[in-house]
Amino acid sequence: MPEETFEPKIVAFFCNWCTYIAADLAGTSRLKYAPNARVIRTMCSGRVDPQFVLEAFAQGADGVLIGGCHPGDCHYQEGNYKTLRRATLLRRVLEAMGIEPARFRLEWISASEAERVKTVVNEMVEQVRALGPLHVVAPEDVPVPHLREEVAA
Amino acid sequence: MRMPQISGSPNGRPRVGVYICHCGTNIAGIVDVRALSEHAATLPGVVVARDYKYMCSDPGQELIIRDIAEHDLHRVVVASCSPLLHEQTFRNAAAKGGLNPFQVQMVNIREHDSWVHADRQAATVKAQDLIRAAVRRVALHRPLERRRVPINPDALVVGGGIAGIHAALTLANAGKHVYLVEREPTIGGHMAQFDKTFPTLDCAACILTPKMTQVRAHPNITLWTYSEVAQVGGYVGNYEVTVRRKPRYIVEDLCVGCRECIEACVYKEGKTRDEFNLGLSKRKPIYMPFPQAVPQLVVIDPETCIEFKSGKCKKTCVEVCGDRKAIDFTQQERRETIHVGTIVLATGFKVFDAQRIPYYGYRTYPQVYTALEVERLVNAAGPTSGEVVLRDGRRPESVAIVHCVGSRDENTNRWCSRVCCMYSLKLAHLIKEKTDAEVYNFYIDIRTPGKGFEEFYNRVQEEGTHFIRGKVADIYPAGDDRGRLIVQAEDTLLGKVRKIPVDMVVLAVGLEPRPDTQDVRRLFNITCSTEGWFLERHPKLAPVNTFTDGVFLAGACQGPKDIPDSVAQAGAAAAEALALIDAGSVELEPYTAFVVEEDCSGCKTCIPLCPYNAIAFVAETKKAAINEVLCKGCGVCVAACPSGSITQNFFEDEAIFEEIKGVLAHA
Repeated sequence: MPEETFEPKIVAFFCNWCTYIAADLAGTSRLKYAPNARVIRTMCSGRVDPQFVLEAFAQGADGVLIGGCHPGDCHYQEGNYKTLRRATLLRRVLEAMGIEPARFRLEWISASEAERVKTVVNEMVEQVRALGPLHVVAPEDVPVPHLREEVAA
Repeated sequence: MRMPQISGSPNGRPRVGVYICHCGTNIAGIVDVRALSEHAATLPGVVVARDYKYMCSDPGQELIIRDIAEHDLHRVVVASCSPLLHEQTFRNAAAKGGLNPFQVQMVNIREHDSWVHADRQAATVKAQDLIRAAVRRVALHRPLERRRVPINPDALVVGGGIAGIHAALTLANAGKHVYLVEREPTIGGHMAQFDKTFPTLDCAACILTPKMTQVRAHPNITLWTYSEVAQVGGYVGNYEVTVRRKPRYIVEDLCVGCRECIEACVYKEGKTRDEFNLGLSKRKPIYMPFPQAVPQLVVIDPETCIEFKSGKCKKTCVEVCGDRKAIDFTQQERRETIHVGTIVLATGFKVFDAQRIPYYGYRTYPQVYTALEVERLVNAAGPTSGEVVLRDGRRPESVAIVHCVGSRDENTNRWCSRVCCMYSLKLAHLIKEKTDAEVYNFYIDIRTPGKGFEEFYNRVQEEGTHFIRGKVADIYPAGDDRGRLIVQAEDTLLGKVRKIPVDMVVLAVGLEPRPDTQDVRRLFNITCSTEGWFLERHPKLAPVNTFTDGVFLAGACQGPKDIPDSVAQAGAAAAEALALIDAGSVELEPYTAFVVEEDCSGCKTCIPLCPYNAIAFVAETKKAAINEVLCKGCGVCVAACPSGSITQNFFEDEAIFEEIKGVLAHA
């Protein structure tokens, strides 16, 4: 795909109580934003297993966005703190894998912040577009097949 | 991948029906719905794919019900609006067709697609991706049962203004026990401060105080004033609420409200700002907020009472109370825990602080008043016994009413406060009636869209009140010996600047969310709009519900409202609560998590993560176990479990993995 027509694919995990509602509100308010994000609903951002993020990248996502309630506002009291904790670790793992920080984003967007959904999605699409398609090169010194055999044994 | 094997279907896969809604032109106007159904028909497992004008309509639902039988469907995907709007509708339709309601998956192609994108092709591709994901996901849906929990018939109403009073009385009259919790020493709220109500000019006290007395006398109402909700736990039908009851230093059962203690207080004159009269009068350390206060109990303010400050007071109040022994300086704060099934929030509003607009001179020039202060001045029970006089005792000969102070203003609040035009007209009428002053209304637009409102506006115009269309730009001293102020505005109808000298300025202050709104909403686990008003579940179809089941909204805490609207909403909130209570039980979504015992390693990672203490370690089996009653279905433990032994109903790992693969599969 030529660089100028590259349309990044973003997988977005939005929590049911804040960010998903904000995205609904963006709809009812007819705000217009980039069509690159695909939203997957979870009850809480704390449900987002780091594996979901890794799987999304593995399946060809160019960026992953998690949207949750603001700190202190979680519908489940503190699920979003767990998300934050995990995201911090995950970001380091992703970096080690050569995935640029801009490709993984955690945002607090409350139910009334429709405008923020628009801004965040647009911003992220722009940043990821600038980075280009995700291209992870497996470091050569890791003997993956060998490891696989060992695990299987 | 765990794919359920179903005999008699191709490859043993579940047979899926896909339904794409046009939503009139809401979806079909942007998304190529025909292309969607054609694409969906090619997806693995899909045996029928249709698009239809309105899927939520009866014929739309009939389509699904008929297809389930005719095509022997095992799963249904509906691509239409947000699941928050119609998930229930389509689950019910599927159930009617004989499927388990949780074998339906909705795809949001309206709010998340057609309404937010202008590019038709991109929007269509996005919808295809989302539908593909749903088709892949739905195949893994297991049948689920909703949990049924009982509803405690007792209710809590927070806030004793007119909305809270009306909600409490409605619930109590229906035979339910109501706890009415009010922060101030008396119920009545803002309405108790008003003199007349627009547009009928009936006396606020005459219509409010009987309702206040009814609350006090009602056998089904427990009234706790001078109290605040401190903690809320539990869930719909089963809330546990802790109420902090502040000490009033008066034994409630013993005080008869004779007020002799107030007379007897060593302070001969009041020295403290009287909150009820907005500082236009002074009160003593022992006081009753206003003569019709409910309950008829005095309060001692420990900040100003000499006994509290020095311990050396003659305690003339105790002396005069005598054998009644109603005064108790040793009273402590108490905490009471109550169990209720439903909660109505009616916490009201605050008026805009006019000092935020310095050039209007509030608190700089004594001739500048807020409208609420003038309400107290025109009130027969107010600090001037209903005389409209300036702070120096003079009667004003000219009065300016400045509209939209802290409303419709980019620099303060952008919303229209809805009540100010009408109360300004009312005050214009009352001031003119009482003083015969010239009254000038400086307005941006006059908004009178209520029953009898426009007629009242006409009446006030005919009475000779002046209307100047212009936003007031400045208020400054005229420098004359009458001490008048110049009100300056550009008259947008005349196209020139007007400078009107007046004796008195009334600022028509707008309505704002209360300053502690954010704390209150966290307490009750509800949401606020950007402006800070409590957010209703749906602006049109669920205006008194919140996103937390069993918590309802009434009155101005949800947005600016006049008295009739507050009362109507309070009645609606009470009715919604009654509907829940009388149903006796409520179904909860089955999104709880459970531990697959054979996979659990007993590492205990999940246990401290659960905010509801729903996970326990079973010593005999050395495995974790989740108490389904306590689990609220957030899924935090599921994501954290290192061995993947915790599953969340409906949001299973595999289902979400399928969804991820589905949205990305076209690439």
